Parts: sequence; C-alpha cells; structure tokens
Amino acid sequence: MYRLFVLLTILIVAASSASAGTSNPKELKDLYFGEALYYAFQGDWFDAIARLDTELMQHHGVDEPERDTLYYHINQAEFDVGDFELHYRMHQRAGRAITAVIEGNVEETVRNEAIFRLARIYFQKDQPLNALYAVERISGTVPPRIRDDLAFLRSQILMANGRFAEAARILRDLQDAESLEGFITYNLGIALLKDGKALEGRQYLDRTGRIDSNDALTLAIKDKSNLVLGSKLLEEKKFEDAKQVLDRVRLNGPFSNRALLGSGWADAFQGRFERALVPWSILVTREVTDASAQEVMLAVPYAYGKLNVHSKAAVMYGSGLEKFSTEIDKLGASIKSIREGHFLRALVREELKQDANWVVKLRKLPQTPETYYLLELMASHDFQESLKNYFDLEQLRKKLKDWQGDLDAFEEIIEQRRAYYEPLLPAIDRKFRRLDSQMRLRLEQRDRIEKRLKAMLVVPRPDYLATSKERTIREQIALLERKLAAGGTTVSGGVEARIKRLRGVLHWNIYTEYDRRFTEAHKHLRDLNHEVDRLKTQYNAFVRTRQAATQSYEGYDDVICRQKFQIQKAWEKVGELMARQGHMLETMAVNELTRRLERLAEFQIKARFAMADSYDRATRAQTEERVSR
Amino acid sequence: MFCWLRGIIIGLSVLVLSFAAYGREISREQITGLDEQIQEIKSDVLSIAVELNQIEEKLLYPSNTQVAVFVSLVSGETFRLDSVEIQLDGKPVAHHLYTFKELEALQNGGVQRIYTGNIRSGDHDLQVSVIGKSSGGADFRKTERFKVNKDVGPKIVEISMAAQSISLKDR
Repeated sequence: MYRLFVLLTILIVAASSASAGTSNPKELKDLYFGEALYYAFQGDWFDAIARLDTELMQHHGVDEPERDTLYYHINQAEFDVGDFELHYRMHQRAGRAITAVIEGNVEETVRNEAIFRLARIYFQKDQPLNALYAVERISGTVPPRIRDDLAFLRSQILMANGRFAEAARILRDLQDAESLEGFITYNLGIALLKDGKALEGRQYLDRTGRIDSNDALTLAIKDKSNLVLGSKLLEEKKFEDAKQVLDRVRLNGPFSNRALLGSGWADAFQGRFERALVPWSILVTREVTDASAQEVMLAVPYAYGKLNVHSKAAVMYGSGLEKFSTEIDKLGASIKSIREGHFLRALVREELKQDANWVVKLRKLPQTPETYYLLELMASHDFQESLKNYFDLEQLRKKLKDWQGDLDAFEEIIEQRRAYYEPLLPAIDRKFRRLDSQMRLRLEQRDRIEKRLKAMLVVPRPDYLATSKERTIREQIALLERKLAAGGTTVSGGVEARIKRLRGVLHWNIYTEYDRRFTEAHKHLRDLNHEVDRLKTQYNAFVRTRQAATQSYEGYDDVICRQKFQIQKAWEKVGELMARQGHMLETMAVNELTRRLERLAEFQIKARFAMADSYDRATRAQTEERVSR
Repeated sequence: MFCWLRGIIIGLSVLVLSFAAYGREISREQITGLDEQIQEIKSDVLSIAVELNQIEEKLLYPSNTQVAVFVSLVSGETFRLDSVEIQLDGKPVAHHLYTFKELEALQNGGVQRIYTGNIRSGDHDLQVSVIGKSSGGADFRKTERFKVNKDVGPKIVEISMAAQSISLKDR
C-alpha cells in the first residue's frame, strides 16, 4: 500500500524539481546561443533544441572552433542541449548527451551535476536501479544550488530500491532545506513506516500535517499528509485520532472531499451518526461527479437510518438514485463521445491551451465528455505523459505541414532565380573573362615595373626613366649616326659636332633629372597600387556576387528533394503515432469512465435496496407507532 | 449492512491511494514502447529542423547580405517592455508585442532574434522604437537611431534595452 504513497510523492517532487536547470551565462558572447535560451526560458523546447543543435553543428564544422563565438559557451551548450531534451521528454537522447558530458573533460562540479540529471532521468523513467548506480558515481564537489535536490533525489532513489533506512538517514539530515519544506518530513514519515518504525513514521506525517505555510505546494503536501495519516489511523480503527487528523485538511483543498468522507466515517464507526452528518452534509452539496460526493449520497441516508429517521433516509436514497441515474447517463454519453473522437479533437484546440483551467473548460464544449470525471485520471503520471506526447505529436504535425509549404516556396524562389540569372550569366561571364585577362596583363606589367624600380635602388639605370620624347630623339640621333656611317657622303664637321652635342644634351637631361624622375616613378607606383587595390576589391566583390548568384539557385535540388522525402516519411510516422497515442488516451479515459460508471451502477443497486429497506422500516415504525398509540 | 459499510471503507482507502492505478488495461510496456517511438520521431523531426535552418539561412539570407537584429535586456532591468519596432533605412522591418513569457525570458538572459534580412554592404540607418512601462508604473516611449556598417560577412547587431537607454552592440 505504501508503494502507492511513495509513487505519489515521487510524482509531486519530480514535477517540482524538473523546472530547475537552465541558467544564462554571465557574459553572452554568442547571440544565437542566447536565442536558444530565449526559447528554453519560455518552455519552447523544440525550438530551443533545434536552434542549439544548429549552432553546435556549425560550431563543430568550422576549421577553427576557437574563433567561433560559441566556443566560450561550448560546455554549457553541450550540457543545456541534454537539459532541453530532458524537458522535451527525449530521455534517451538526453541520457546520451549527458553521458557525453560526464565522459568528457569537464570540471568536477559540472560532471556531478550531469550525473545528477542522468540519475533523475533514470528515476523518472522508472529505472530505480540504474538511477542508484548513477547517483553512486557522484563524488567530490557538488554545485551548492543542487545540493539539497541531489540529497532528496538520492533518498527517493533509495526508497524506490527498498532501502528505506538509508533514505530516512538522508532525509533526517535534510530537514532544514526550506525549498523542500513538507516534502522531506512527509517522505521521511513514509520511509520510516516502510522501515517498520510505525510510531516515528506517524510522528513525521503528523509533523508535516501541522506545518504553518502560505505556499500552495506546501499546503497541498500538508493536506496529503493528513489524509494519508488519517486513512491509516482509520484502517487501524483508531477512529478518534483519525478524525482529529482528517479534520486538519483544508475545506477548500484538493483533498478536502476525501477528508470529509473519512472524517464522517471516523464518527460513524464510533456510532456517533449525528456528528458524522456534519462533514457529510458539507460533502453531499459538492460537485456531484466527485467520487467521495457520490459515496456520501449513500452514507448520509445510512446515517439517518441509523438514527432511526427512516423516512428521511428513504427520501435521500431516492434523491441519490436520481442523481446516480443522471450521472450514469452522462457517463454513457461521455464514453460515446470519446469513442467518436470528440475528446481528442477537443484536446488539441488552441484556445483551450491558453487557459490554465482548460480541462474544466473542455466539458463546456459541445459533444465533449464530462471532464470532471477525468480530472484525477488527467493528474496521473501515465496519462499526463501520454497527453504531453500527444500534444508534442500535434506540434510536430503542424511543423511538418508548415515545412512542406516552406519547401514548396523555396523551390519557387530557386526557379525564379534560375530563370532570372541563367540567361544573363553567359554574357556576363564572357565580358568578365575578357576583363579578367586584361587585368592580369596590367598587373603583370605593374609587377615588372616594381621589380625594375627595386633593382634600380641598387644599380641606378637613368635610361630606364627616359621620357618617350627622349627615347624618340635618341632613336632619331642613332638613325642619323647610322646614316652618316653607312652613306659615305661627306658632310661638314659641324653636323657631326651638332649630333654629338644633341646626344650630350639628351644624356645630360636624363642623368641630371634621374633622382627627380626616380622619386616620381615611385610616387606613380604608389598611386597605381592604390588603384590596383580598388580594382582587386571590385574584382573580389564581383567574384563573390557571381558565386552568390549561382549559389542562390544551384545545389539545392537534392537537399530539398531529400528533405521533402524525410518530411513526408516523418509526417506519416507522426500520423500513425498520433493515432496510437490518441487511442491509448481514449482507452485510458474510457476505462476510467467505465470504472466510475460501474461503481455508480453498484451504488444504484445498493441505494435501491437500501431505499426499499428504509421505506419498510419507516412504514413499520409508523405502524408500530399507530399500534402503540 | 455492516459488510456494505466495510466495502465502502475499503473503497475509500483504495480511492485515496489509487492515482497511479488508472488505465491499468494499458500495460506499462505499451506506454514505454510508444513513448520510445515518439522520442525517435522527435529526434528525426529535430534533424529535419536543423537541416532546414541551414537551408533557409543559405537560401534566404546569404552571408554577404545577411543582417540579424537581436534584442536583449540589460541584466537586472525590471521595466516592462511592451513593444519594439525596428526601422532599417527608414522602412519598418520588424514590430513585436511582448507576452509575459517572452518578457520573462528576456529578463532571464535570453536574447530574441527580432529580424533577419538582407542589406547591401555599406552604411545603413537603424532606428529602434520602444514602448514600455517603468518599474514605477509610468509609461515611456523611446526612439534611438544608430549607424550600421555592413561589410562582406553577416551583420549581427544586438540592441540592448534598459529603462534609461537603448544601446547597440556590434557583434
């Protein structure tokens, strides 16, 4: 029986501790990592994982990862991806990611936190032995912020493995942890009871039941503790103590109906039927779909019967019968509605997801089942997990549908780009090739000039810096000299002297202006370099743009084709899994409603017999009264 | 009659302790088996999402023209951010109204990518307009202009918000 208590506690605490984890880095260097955190902080786990996976893939693909901005957060990113997967209930992948962190070269605190999370995964997935092996690997320094959570998890794991004495020892040391107020003493009580220390266990449950707090979760565990302890005392026939404990449960809390019912029975067992009617009268006016409220419809007339008010009892049995009948019809209609698929269709309606009270709102929709009967089922771990899976599948279905549309749009973009660029590019490429060869020629010339100027620093060559006019004159002089030498004609000595003088003047000019010309040549080369740089920038820009033009429509066909195939395959798989998961949810709901229906049918039979019996007794009493009169 | 009463008491105990017992016709193996298959399909769809992210970036926002604008809150800021509008070269390119969850995510250190687009290389005007409420409850409206220079690589800018100022960090 206590295994169920333990399970209940585990569920509550597992849910409360699941939100701990993701934290932002001190200084954010990679904005895309920050974007993944932005999604994670909103509980949008799919987008958080997709973003972070994309970043990690790009990071691992670069040649120099240390130059990538994610490099500064890589340990946290690797860690977070596992954490996000855990929140997205991808326990297998999360387990692998966290194991990779544990086996990697990380600090002791990081490693211990990773093992803590891995142990929690095993524990949540009902693998207590694996959880125990994992948690036993933790050694050395543990980050302070998870210290209490780790100790608490360790105690839960030990309890799940039947090692209650060890669990109790840990829980005793943990009693001061404020964040877990109520949960520790409650679990300690359960652990001690399981360890055979009934008295001490009850004391801790009693202590939990007296906690003074305003926190909603603490108040809930306080009520639960009182209900569990009260039920146990009731079972042990300690009716007076049971009543005291059950009366501590808040009248407006989630456990109040059961407590009111139990409190009444504690009096009834002692024959105090008038007193039993006090809590029962409160309960009988409550929501008719509640199991305790339905049970009390039999209990109240039973108490009146015991008080010999048989006529009132008969009337109340009659009223109960009417209500049972209405509820049986309602349950029948709800089962029919579920079988017709209305329940699943209603579950995925967007407007309901915006409302925290959506389960209750669901019943107001036409053709949906009576969800009050499903509230407890919906709070159970299996149903919750199945429901979340169903929602996740619905989200995947929508995404896949959107992506199919995206890929169609991508194909259209690619086609438009192809239609625009392909006719233009051949002419552009021809022109570019021509310009490119011209450019290469000029660059070679420039290189030659530079080389020559450098050489002239060592060996001056003034003739290299002669102007074109000077070169022409020099050639003309040389021609005249050749003519004179070859012709054999007699010319006056004055002509020869004039030619020599001209050559002398030319030589003079070239040699005396050499320094100035050399400086100017360097200046011109610098100017030329500047122009060449501009040309190269333009050239590179053109090459990039040209490449981008081709890349804007080439090389996508295979990828898009593959993506379309994968999306289609995933779409079919998601559809199949949704159908199976949906069927499972429907079966759970129908089972639950059937169970309640059968219970009500049983109540109906009992109420009929009891009503007849009460009428008989009332009639007999009236007859006896008349006779005695 | 007492047997019936005992039946109710046992019923009560079972009722109190029977959260985990519902849906027992569906076995644990069935639930686990289906859950594992759902994990696998999630993994497959995530791989598709990653590849699609890469295609989208390459196809729609090539690095030579890409510009991405991110919004963050200065650490410790408690003002309520209602909306942000981004104008690039005089044209409104992004406008966002913040939900409570989004604001909380920003306050926790998350960064929102508010706009991704394409621009030419060179200088561009970026105008950021913010509407919100100060921690004292007073309405405020603020607009700041910045110059953004786009060169060959992708341009990533972070707009950092505080109650007193809006600043731009070039990344």
